[in-house]
Amino acid sequence: MDWRRFSFIGIIIILLFGVVVLIGGEQISPLIIISSMLATTLSVATPLTLGALSGIFCERAGVVNIGIEGMMLAAAFFGWLASIYMNSIFEYSPAISLTIGVLAAILTGGLFALLHAWLSITFKVDQIIGGTVINILAIGVTGFLNRQLFFDKGSIFGGNVPHAPGLLPTLSKALTVLCSGAQGCGGLPSLIAGTIFDQKPVAISAILLVIVANYVLFNTRWGLRTRAVGEHPKAADTVGIDVRRVRYINVVIGGMLAGLAGAYFTIESVPSFEPLMTNGRGFIALAAMIFGNWTPFGAWAAALVFGASQALQINLQFFRESIPPAWAFLQQSYVVGLAPYILTMLILTGVIGKTTPPAADGQPYEK
Amino acid sequence: MAEKSLTLEMRGITKNFPGVLANDQVDFDLREGEIHALLGENGAGKSTLMNILYGLYQAEAGEIKIGTEALHLDSPRDAIRHGIGMVHQHFMLIPVFSVTENIMLGAETDHRAAPNDSPLVRLDRREVARRVQQLSQEYGLEVDPKAIVGDLPVGVQQRVEIVKALYRQARILILDEPTAVLTPQEADDLFRIVHKLTQRGVSVIFITHKLKEVLAIADRITVMRGGKVVGTTTPQETNENQLAAMMVGREVILKVEKSPAHPTSQVLEVDHLHVRDVRGLEAVRGISFNVRAGEILGIAGVQGNGQTELVEALTGLRRCESGTIKLQNHDLTGKTPRAFTETGLAHIPEDRQRHGLVLSYTIADNLVLCDYYKPPFGLRGVIQQQSLDSHARQLIQDFDIRTPSPYIATGKLSGGNQQKVIVARELSRPVQLVIANQPTRGLDVGSIEYIHKEIIAMRDRGVAVLLVSAELDEIMSLADRIAVIYHGQLVTTVNTTAVTREQLGLWMAGAQPETTA
Ligand SMILES: Nc1ncnc2c1ncn2[C@@H]1O[C@H](COP(=O)(O)OP(=O)(O)OP(=O)(O)O)[C@@H](O)[C@H]1O
Ligand SMILES: [Mg+2]
Repeated sequence: MDWRRFSFIGIIIILLFGVVVLIGGEQISPLIIISSMLATTLSVATPLTLGALSGIFCERAGVVNIGIEGMMLAAAFFGWLASIYMNSIFEYSPAISLTIGVLAAILTGGLFALLHAWLSITFKVDQIIGGTVINILAIGVTGFLNRQLFFDKGSIFGGNVPHAPGLLPTLSKALTVLCSGAQGCGGLPSLIAGTIFDQKPVAISAILLVIVANYVLFNTRWGLRTRAVGEHPKAADTVGIDVRRVRYINVVIGGMLAGLAGAYFTIESVPSFEPLMTNGRGFIALAAMIFGNWTPFGAWAAALVFGASQALQINLQFFRESIPPAWAFLQQSYVVGLAPYILTMLILTGVIGKTTPPAADGQPYEK
Repeated sequence: MAEKSLTLEMRGITKNFPGVLANDQVDFDLREGEIHALLGENGAGKSTLMNILYGLYQAEAGEIKIGTEALHLDSPRDAIRHGIGMVHQHFMLIPVFSVTENIMLGAETDHRAAPNDSPLVRLDRREVARRVQQLSQEYGLEVDPKAIVGDLPVGVQQRVEIVKALYRQARILILDEPTAVLTPQEADDLFRIVHKLTQRGVSVIFITHKLKEVLAIADRITVMRGGKVVGTTTPQETNENQLAAMMVGREVILKVEKSPAHPTSQVLEVDHLHVRDVRGLEAVRGISFNVRAGEILGIAGVQGNGQTELVEALTGLRRCESGTIKLQNHDLTGKTPRAFTETGLAHIPEDRQRHGLVLSYTIADNLVLCDYYKPPFGLRGVIQQQSLDSHARQLIQDFDIRTPSPYIATGKLSGGNQQKVIVARELSRPVQLVIANQPTRGLDVGSIEYIHKEIIAMRDRGVAVLLVSAELDEIMSLADRIAVIYHGQLVTTVNTTAVTREQLGLWMAGAQPETTA
């Protein structure tokens, strides 16, 4: 595989972890710091990973999707809305409400993607413009409905936001419930227990989906056809592949992945919705996709780097007193916020190996 | 010999494109195991007819039958199902895929006894590769199943295309100008393969512009002109001149007529040039030569001996490792392509779709790609549509580019007409040096005649011409001097009048010339 890229990513992650261990190692055991860093990294990387997978499915099929940000935002809102509705109006149990919320988020992503597919495949609208439409539409719709439903006088919820049905539980909690109190996880080394088992369903599905996506793209008929359509649609057409159909389905799959990423925000990490809460994650996900050269594992690795740089900032807060003045800048949010962009520019210059997008990426197919 | 049974029948096929009647009531038939050649000028409608047979285009009228069964070909899938395979004029391979992946694409589970329609079925590359190997051994089509297609020379890519059709059990194989991109040796290989196929009952439709080939391998010949069938004949009943006249509708002079050259000053001086290829290997290994005003220097050689890299270096498209290139006494080593163009270079590149044209641009735009920024086309940074328009109309007429209008996307032209757009652009500019790499690739005899005349007229006006061609005939009939290239070095340079085809052939194969004083 692309060893240069992966070793580069590995080194950066080790560096980021190293900084925290250096600063906090005197107070807390390095093992615990590492496990905490790992846990935060995995969690923060979740929407980036899913967003990157979303981009990979679309672009491998030849459709550029810069609307991932908007799809996430809309999904975050509607997923959350659905879970509240289910919980407070229809009075379902939190577990059912949350599940329905996740499904609604996925559905929302899929529907927005369907719009993008319709614009860019059927009407051959410029795909960058199509994606921008999605982003603007998502901001408008979520902002408007959020105000109308919750804050305006006479709105459905009469001015006060009802309680969300809580958050999705971590795997360890779920396991504890399942093993009904048995000391199941107690024997595991804290490193593993604190990382993998401390993750929630969306985060864990993101990791599984990386593996699934990689298998589908490179080892199945669907993947072969998807890549063919993104590289040379006319050639795919001449062997009897329905180019439009393959593109449509992949864009919708991509949208559903972005939708799942949306669920991360309002159903998995905080139980509320804020306008613009995706905060550019959809674009950073695209950077991860490029960084990873349009491969699921590459994109995941990139998402982890971006996640680790954020985890650094979060974890440093525990050791605020012991940060040497020279390192203080690390606490500034913009330093970490810039990291993905700097890394992306680095990779685009070709220092860490070449990235090649699918040849027909962004081009509508005409017979 | 008994008449073979009729395999395929096309009746009254009619197809319109905006402004062009590409096929007008075309009848065509094919017998089992025959090689049926389809001839016709550029834009006659050959590719269109074949694309209809392959299900890529749908005809407005007409019917297609195999045996007694009427076919409805809505997509290539239907055609493939009925045993029709096609090797397109511009190959339909995915460069980043391996040979195996290209072959299995769209037929992923055909190797299984029971078909599996699940989209998530696992690809069995190893089994398909094994079958590809089997097929290629059976028919003498050597391909490495694991190779990445983009790394393969065109001749091998073509074999991949043929294996791809055979893998789908094609009984009818359409070859659209298969020899246009092949060296004479590769073409001979292809003919052997085609004969082997017909012995096994495959019927072949063979499109070409090379009349010698047609006479050598076809069982029957159908000629098209202006979307209609002009007639069907056999090699026994006809000859080159008659075929050429049938295609073009007038007498064509197949032999090039030219007076002796009167070379004057040096125009291009190349000194100890070293160039690397894409993989970083040294492709041009110390070449020195010069071309004078008023002469045509031909570079003869089997494809892949450094011609591509040499021409790319001489046009500023590829970096030189060492050595110098001088044009009109200006040292242009390491300069940009525009510096070359501005010093008086015209370049007809080898691969028209990759280096010669912007396929999505109109013909008018492509015709000014080299000088759109200069008057009369660009004034103070603004394109002058009127001069673009009159320029385009003039060249379309002079070079006989068959198109309904100057304002359609160049990619929609027939292959030969795309080539004519490049030739028209390059030969119509005021230049001192023309570098032409396979300038008549894919052109019909009438157009070849015209372009040959034009090149000679330029020479007589004092332009220096460097002609690179895999066609020994073209080199022999146009060039005044011939340099033979082998393994990135010039074996020798001789006067055309002092050499025979056979001798050139030996040198091209690596024989050393005797050192004569
Ligand atoms: N997709 C298309 N859209 C519009 N016009 C087209 C299209 N394809 C072909 N044509 C027109 O139809 C006519 C026939 O083209 P076709 O490609 O069949 O010619 P051809 O006989 O194969 O010529 P060549 O020898 O140059 O390949 C041409 O005038 C061409 O411009
Ligand atoms: Mg053609």
